[in-house]
Amino acid sequence: MVSLQAVKLTLFGVATLFALVAAGRAQDQMFAFHMMIFATLALIFFFRSFKPRALTPLGVGPAHPSEERYEISVLRFGLIATVFWGCVGFLMGVIVASQLAWPALNLDLPWTTFGRLRPVHTSAVIFAFGGTALITTSLYVVQRTSGAPLWSRNLAWFVMLGYQLFILLAASSYVMGGSQSREYAEPEWYIDLWLTVVWVAYLALFLGTLFRRKEPHIYVANWFYLAFIVTVAMLHVVNNLAVPVSFFGAKSYSAFSGVQDALTQWWYGHNAVGFFLTAGFLGMMYYFVPKQAERPVYSYRLSIVHFWALIFLYIWAGPHHLHYTALPNWAQTLGMVFSIMLWMPSWGGMINGLMTLSGAWDKLRTDPIIRMMVAAIAFYGMSTFEGPLMSIRAVNSLSHYTDWTIGHVHSGALGWVGMISFGAVYYMAPRLWGRERLYSLAMVSWHFWLATAGIVLYASAMWVSGIMQGLMWRETNELGFLVYSFAETVEAMHPFYVIRVLGGVLYLLGGLIMAWNIWKTIRGDVRVEAEHYTTVPGPVSAPAATPAE
Amino acid sequence: MGEKQVDEITGVETTGHEWDGVTELNNPMPKWWVNLFYACIAFAGVYVIFYPAIPMINDHTRGLLGYSARGEVAERIAAHSEMQSVWKDRIAAASLEEIREDPDLFNFALASGAANFALNCSQCHGSGAAGNVGGFPNLNDDDWLWGGDLESIYTTIAHGVRNEDDPDARFSMMPAYGADGLLSRAEIRDVAQYVMNFSGRATDMEAVERAAETWEYNCAACHGDDGRGDTDLGAPNLTDAIWLYGGSAEEIFNQVWNPRHGVMPPWLERLGDTTVKELAVYVHALGGGE
Repeated sequence: MVSLQAVKLTLFGVATLFALVAAGRAQDQMFAFHMMIFATLALIFFFRSFKPRALTPLGVGPAHPSEERYEISVLRFGLIATVFWGCVGFLMGVIVASQLAWPALNLDLPWTTFGRLRPVHTSAVIFAFGGTALITTSLYVVQRTSGAPLWSRNLAWFVMLGYQLFILLAASSYVMGGSQSREYAEPEWYIDLWLTVVWVAYLALFLGTLFRRKEPHIYVANWFYLAFIVTVAMLHVVNNLAVPVSFFGAKSYSAFSGVQDALTQWWYGHNAVGFFLTAGFLGMMYYFVPKQAERPVYSYRLSIVHFWALIFLYIWAGPHHLHYTALPNWAQTLGMVFSIMLWMPSWGGMINGLMTLSGAWDKLRTDPIIRMMVAAIAFYGMSTFEGPLMSIRAVNSLSHYTDWTIGHVHSGALGWVGMISFGAVYYMAPRLWGRERLYSLAMVSWHFWLATAGIVLYASAMWVSGIMQGLMWRETNELGFLVYSFAETVEAMHPFYVIRVLGGVLYLLGGLIMAWNIWKTIRGDVRVEAEHYTTVPGPVSAPAATPAE
Repeated sequence: MGEKQVDEITGVETTGHEWDGVTELNNPMPKWWVNLFYACIAFAGVYVIFYPAIPMINDHTRGLLGYSARGEVAERIAAHSEMQSVWKDRIAAASLEEIREDPDLFNFALASGAANFALNCSQCHGSGAAGNVGGFPNLNDDDWLWGGDLESIYTTIAHGVRNEDDPDARFSMMPAYGADGLLSRAEIRDVAQYVMNFSGRATDMEAVERAAETWEYNCAACHGDDGRGDTDLGAPNLTDAIWLYGGSAEEIFNQVWNPRHGVMPPWLERLGDTTVKELAVYVHALGGGE
């Protein structure tokens, strides 16, 4: 019988050697750099294997008693990483938005040009912030709604740390100029392979925990999380099918070409929105909203119907990104009609989220966390109405390629994804660290208002700018000639670019306030605050408030 | 499974399930939601009948309207051409002078010229045709490298300058006096003063005197004794305050030492004779036409 230690030593030893050989034979600097990272990490784990010791929970003190049955150390790490990546992602957004308003900020250095920093921003917010938030909350929710601890502690750490490594590899590759040029799937082949390994482990961990559940039924939040994990695995593998130029180099070529490639990319791209940014975060909503509101979910039937409708319809909607292109007309039509049919299934989540508050609407006045979640659901409803609208061919002929699309994406990303994640972070932090409550609820309120003002500035600036841009592009005079040159449309958008930067700065400020608040909460500080905040449910507050007589 | 309970606030029954304290109410789906969902599906069903939608083995359904995006563009282009053809045909048949003399044709040529300039020319010459630093000439003034009458402007636009695509492109090449060792560093420094003296900006009159002979033997053949240049040769006028690559002593020195030369693509093949005519009339009318 071979000991686990021997297996580990062999595994990490071989991995170190492989990575070193790959680094030595590397065709380019980026590949060499990344292989050295792999080698270093494998070596660290090789030496750790000599003297095994448990990873200690981050932060001070035990968790809240209600958390004792569950695996929480990895969640503590995930929560801190979520907050950190959020602030990084918002900062990168402010930087790239500033570059668009003032191009001199590209600094004339290859590493800091918009073309390289833009994917750093999008990946930082979607995958680093959003992805870490999803992994963390899904592992939190699946344990508690299954009444069972995670299937494997080591696997959970592998998933969490492996995912963080993926983020670091991806971001550093963009800055060094490596990219597959596939939107939201920029990392090169070997980084994709690494993510595939991590993702399969994530799926196994999630399913393994579900199989151990004590409850007869699987809670709705877990359906959404599972749909997110399974579909993202499929999207990721298919979209990233590529042939590397060399097994020791970063560059690869896609398995697809021409319009098939375009369709594959937007099948992936749109479903990244559908299953990563919608289904995943709906899972988050279905747990944290009823918990924070201390109310039952509004309608079980609605949750079943809108779940399956969403899953079945979303996957076909991607072609609406390719209206008026080389994509055959029939595929464009189907993309459009599936998007329109998707409207109500999307809104099912909004209804279930908002109506869960029936009987608890008064909490909007006193509980800034609930306020944040409600704003998130409102922005979700708005974006999922706007999406089908923009998929209509005639609307798309105006909106496509303009800032309207950017505004749409950000009302979803900042409003829905950001706000619901903030709500979940504020809910989990005191529970994971065993605190009486958050350090400050007034600061949550500040965060809410800064973020809301930021979104309003951002989205309205992009709507005005985008529609103006689209109208200027198509403006013709009475003799039938185009009126504006491209440069003139860019000039006209400048004021709105500046407003966008301002909106981003407000949103970033909110994120920094959250980071401070979470930091103080972890330390165990409690700020003295106005009395009405003491009614906000926290880990130690009384169970569900009894209704007024 | 737990017991079904009645929620006290809403009076609705729960499903009897409970997860970590979360229960679910057994509310029906909202009527308006269900109806809108059906309406969207119905809309999709109808739309699919009218537009190309269903893939078949060798083809796809064309839809009752026979719509195609390419067809729509073709129709719009045809209607557009039809509308403009009355002018386009007359401009095609007219000489540049005739276009300029006829108020209707002139008006149309200006509109077309402005639109085509914004689309094709503004990238280098600027939206207002005021040029750009680094060798992109201002087209609003009366300083012309290759001539400012209608025919000359037409030829320059049609064939371009120093490109490799069109054998009839305008071509001139100033020798690299410094880089190729034709003149010494000191001589070029003096010549720069000589050039600045044309516009009364010389700072070293002795250098100007020293450069007189150098100018005569090396520069005057193209730029003229008086520095006024020659549009037949594409030699710039050096007596005005208009500079392609800057007018300071250092910039003039650099240009003599190792000259930069601008390149312009030919447009005749790409835009067609009629549009190039319209562009010529437009550029001519910007202010400096001769």
